[in-house]
Amino acid sequence: MTVVTPLADPSRRRSNRPNWEEPPTAAGQTGKGVVLVLVVAVVLIPLWMVVLTSLSTQTAVNKAGGMVLVPDGLTLAAYQQIFTNQLVMHSLAVSLGITIVGTLISMVVTILCAYGLSRHGSFAHRPILLVLVVTMFFSGGLIPTFLVVSALGGYDSYWSMILPTAVSVFNILVVRAFFSATSQELIDAAAIDGAGDWRTLWSVVLPTSRAVTAVVALFYAVGYWNTFFNALLFLPDNQKWPLQMVIYTYTLQGNAMPGSGQNTTGQYFGTQEITPLAIQMAVVTLTLIPILLIYPFVQRHFTKGVLLGAIKG
Amino acid sequence: MTALHDAPPALRAPEDQPVKKSRFRRDRSLLLMVVPAIVLLIVFNYVPMFGTATAFQRYSIYAGFWHSPWTGLETFRQLFSDPLFWSALGNTLILSLVQLIFYFPVPIALALLLHSIMSNKVRTIVQSVVYLPHFFSWVLAVTIFQQMLGGAGALNQFLRQNGIGTWDVMTDPDTFALLVTSQVIWKEAGWGIIVFLAALAAIDTQLYEAAAADGAGRWRRLWHITLPGIRGVIVLMLVLRLGNVLTVGFEQMLIQRGAVGRDAAEVLDTYAYYYGVVNANFSLGAAASLFKGVLSLLFLLAANKIAHLLGEDGLYRR
Repeated sequence: MTVVTPLADPSRRRSNRPNWEEPPTAAGQTGKGVVLVLVVAVVLIPLWMVVLTSLSTQTAVNKAGGMVLVPDGLTLAAYQQIFTNQLVMHSLAVSLGITIVGTLISMVVTILCAYGLSRHGSFAHRPILLVLVVTMFFSGGLIPTFLVVSALGGYDSYWSMILPTAVSVFNILVVRAFFSATSQELIDAAAIDGAGDWRTLWSVVLPTSRAVTAVVALFYAVGYWNTFFNALLFLPDNQKWPLQMVIYTYTLQGNAMPGSGQNTTGQYFGTQEITPLAIQMAVVTLTLIPILLIYPFVQRHFTKGVLLGAIKG
Repeated sequence: MTALHDAPPALRAPEDQPVKKSRFRRDRSLLLMVVPAIVLLIVFNYVPMFGTATAFQRYSIYAGFWHSPWTGLETFRQLFSDPLFWSALGNTLILSLVQLIFYFPVPIALALLLHSIMSNKVRTIVQSVVYLPHFFSWVLAVTIFQQMLGGAGALNQFLRQNGIGTWDVMTDPDTFALLVTSQVIWKEAGWGIIVFLAALAAIDTQLYEAAAADGAGRWRRLWHITLPGIRGVIVLMLVLRLGNVLTVGFEQMLIQRGAVGRDAAEVLDTYAYYYGVVNANFSLGAAASLFKGVLSLLFLLAANKIAHLLGEDGLYRR
């Protein structure tokens, strides 16, 4: 299956509409416009309300009766509150640490493996690929994995959130497809200049593959940042929790957050001008920020990255 | 590492290097690069695959795998006589079916709509926005749904303020299947359009031109060129979906199981989790997972067979 990637195509402009194509009808265009605006609104409005509520004063939240849609009485008090909260700050550090260390480990393993399998006609690359691909369709399931990780000392340890999910075969296939497409002349030239496989990977193949490595790094980083289930499985102690566990426990399940100024029944008794809801939404916003920061830089490479893995793998 | 052993990769074709041993020597640095990934996969994927054998034991965490007594099919007898297991299986199939009907067509429709937009700028903006929720965790997605649709959420604020009764969608077991599906649509439909957009872009525009010359209007072109053009990808996605028919968003269910109740939200994966890990009945959990794995494989093979009968490649060529 050959696939042309629908990246920015300069020929697709209104003025370039081919002359055999009928001009758009007013009704059709309005209909499409309404649907597209609705789709975008359904994604963005909840995010907007989350961020705005986290920035709202108690009066504004009370006036809105909960989530805030229109800015009115903004304050950073909720953020001041969570930045002095030990639990939140510690979980933020844990999330950042897991994400950074995990992504580094995953990228090294993935890039090496992808390059090792990307040179045409190399020794045993087919059977090795089979060993990889089998894991995409078969798995031991939850219980045996839990027992293995626990037996290796993963229980109550940070690495249980990194090593079991460190390799994604899908990502290896994406990177391998990209590496295989590196111009053979370039690699031959490096070989003639005396570069071995390690040198070729580092000095020739990697610098020409920035797009795909950026996308795959984002996939891994998002995976680690979103780690929830492994934390639930392996981390009994809230001192080691990542942010996702904190949100799950204190926002979704509605338990009172230690040091948030809430008592055990969730009643707010502080004198600050913020509500528990604003504090919860501030923590939620905190987990959104890194994704929103990195996303625009990597987004344009998505299509290429995803399709390479899906089609050529 | 000498240059002698590192033959230029251009020569890396089997016929140039007939001797296995010399190919091994030449490619040993490549093989070394593969080792870390293989080791991780063996430890965390292959060892658990064999660990599935705990389903045939009365596993005790103190005795471990090697010393736990073998019980044959006893665990499966226990599993199949548990009404909660059948209820979990039923829930899984219902949720899967509802998602197949209401979720599956959405990315296709969205992709068709986006493809028909001439303006590059509009398309890029919409794409960037709809991809975004895919990168949020399920904890975040469900939190956002709770804040929008939950008892204290934005929807019910609005309903209360306008004197209409309230409805806590987040805890209503009767509409849980629809809630779950709408969450999946919100989070993944945008991301799902990528593969269809690629298939659409691969359709030869000359076909459209020829059809237009023959007098086919836009709807006829959609029906006779566009849809057949992406048929292969649609069938492939359907095959993959059917292979996963027993998997319905594990984290998504786990997170909401408490609020909605076990009767509606227990699926095979959460069943295995609660019996296996929470109640420490490891053998029963492993048996439930194994049952699910075997059945999923059969579904996948059957779906692929059907794809072949329809004249499509499916997962692999015949």
